[in-house]
Amino acid sequence: MAVETLEPTPSRTAQAPRRRPGKLAPKPRSWSIPKTPGGWIVLAVCTLATLGMLVPVYVIITTALSGSTGAPNFFLAFPDAPSLDAFKGAWTKLHGSLANSLQITVPAALISCLLGSINGYVLSKFPFRGSNALFTVLLVGMFIPFQAVIIPVFQFLNMLHLQGSIIGLILVHIIYGIPITTLIFRNYYEGIPSAIIEAASIDGAGIWKTYVRVMLPLSVPGFVVAGIFQCTNIWNDFLFGFILASPAAWPATVTLNNLIGTTTVDYSELMAGAVLVAAPTVLLYLVLGRFFVSGLTAGAVK
Amino acid sequence: MTTSTALPPAPAGPRPKKQVPHNVKTSRRAAWIFAPSLLVSFLFVYVFIGITVYISLSNWKIGTSPNLALRQPFGGTYAEIVQEQRFQADIRNVVIFTIIFLVLAILGGLIAALFIHHVSVGKGLFRTVFLLPYALSFIVTGVAWRWIFAPSTGVNEILRSMGIENPPGWTTDTTILGALNDPSGTDFLKVQFGIPVALLPIIFAAAWQLVGFAMAMYLAGLASIPEEHLEAANVDGANVWQRLRYIVLPQLWPSTITCFVLLLHVALKIFDLVVAMSGSGPGFVTDVPGIYIYNYLTSRYDKASAMAIILLLLTLVVIVPYLVRGYRKERKA
Repeated sequence: MAVETLEPTPSRTAQAPRRRPGKLAPKPRSWSIPKTPGGWIVLAVCTLATLGMLVPVYVIITTALSGSTGAPNFFLAFPDAPSLDAFKGAWTKLHGSLANSLQITVPAALISCLLGSINGYVLSKFPFRGSNALFTVLLVGMFIPFQAVIIPVFQFLNMLHLQGSIIGLILVHIIYGIPITTLIFRNYYEGIPSAIIEAASIDGAGIWKTYVRVMLPLSVPGFVVAGIFQCTNIWNDFLFGFILASPAAWPATVTLNNLIGTTTVDYSELMAGAVLVAAPTVLLYLVLGRFFVSGLTAGAVK
Repeated sequence: MTTSTALPPAPAGPRPKKQVPHNVKTSRRAAWIFAPSLLVSFLFVYVFIGITVYISLSNWKIGTSPNLALRQPFGGTYAEIVQEQRFQADIRNVVIFTIIFLVLAILGGLIAALFIHHVSVGKGLFRTVFLLPYALSFIVTGVAWRWIFAPSTGVNEILRSMGIENPPGWTTDTTILGALNDPSGTDFLKVQFGIPVALLPIIFAAAWQLVGFAMAMYLAGLASIPEEHLEAANVDGANVWQRLRYIVLPQLWPSTITCFVLLLHVALKIFDLVVAMSGSGPGFVTDVPGIYIYNYLTSRYDKASAMAIILLLLTLVVIVPYLVRGYRKERKA
């Protein structure tokens, strides 16, 4: 929205251009109440749409709180006697799987980020003949439907006697996480001036030494972005856990899905379970939202 | 990345302008460092896809008893499944799902971004709420929307209070809206082509989860539009619509392409959300290729593989041109 100024100008237009102090001056942030009717309409639309987006979240929480009295008859009604009973039931059924999810997510995210960081470093700072083409070949791996490889993966894990185990799942998540982490780190490292590498090289440091001494300390934001991205993906994974894990290794998403019975569904307990499964990634998002968004948009729009 | 929710950022990024001068030896070392990842990826992506192609052409049915003889006639499994009512329903469902979902998510994301970009207070809050569902698992989204569209409660309660006597059964409804054909049983086509009512709740749930992704892409795009262009248009007396039509929308085109490709590949791979909301549904009215493949993993490796390869081809038709475009751009840069 253009900010109208009451500047007497001989220009034909009613709307005078906003004055800006200089080309590089930061955009003026206008945290103020709307000044025009249009501004109020924009604010009203944003508020309504946001409330609409929150309806499913409200439904999950109120249904979970309805406890032993069962879910309310109408989905938007607030429970008469809110209680945490449903959470107890859901915790009993889910805590083992939540622990599995944690055991799968943390090492898989860490290792795939480390590998992605090394690849990204090499690809952005030491491009070799054909490296861009090979990188594109690698990237295809993050778009394929995993159903197209699931039978060979299943048989492969069987051969290694890892089928059904947590280790097997970690391995699979690492391997299929390499393309995306490589991409994120490659884009991240391109923002780091090559002069730093040159300086290290003049000082006699090789590729590895430069990586460990120079690049790694500069990589913390990159690791946060890629780490959040991978943690969210792996925690929220369903397909691999559903097909490749034995019941003892089920991640939380699979157990949550199994709470949906074939004939009747205890919606209160199901929603409490949904809250438990969603909590870690939602907290991560709310606390580190800025990095979450950079993970999404890294290099997406130029 | 491992879930269908996961949307990778677009691959194209500017190539570094000034490269580190390095000799043949460091170049070779760099290639060797990258080689293991590439090899593992080659095995787990390309070789495994090759194996799946082979299985789809073989007689292997039960996982524990491999039968690697090629099926006669060649490609018989593909000829078998395309005639199935279930396969045809799956293709209809995934096409309808993809089209409506893309329209809702991209248009919704664009409108949300335009409004949120211009709002004077609470920008961060609105943005956070819109992107919140993206942090959830499709299973969590699925159970919430399953409840919202449960036939006895939820949305139907509102519809009944508005005087609608027989609201739709949503995910259990077998109605096909705007059916184009009437399969009589002898035709090759065994399903009605149209919009299954049962898919709508699943489409809404998917759009709810991913509209924030489109919004984030468009907000990034809006932030990169030079202020001077809008100011110049202002000076020339362009109104809000003209500025939107001639300046803002053309500059958002790259964001649109990114959203289109990344959301399309999510739509084609959709699996978890449907499992949590409805499963196959009556008469496969909400069945999708992902569920088809899962169901046949226990009894028919050949059919599961054939469907997986068809799904892969659908995905690659969009992804490969997109990646090649990114690669070309880099070479030009």
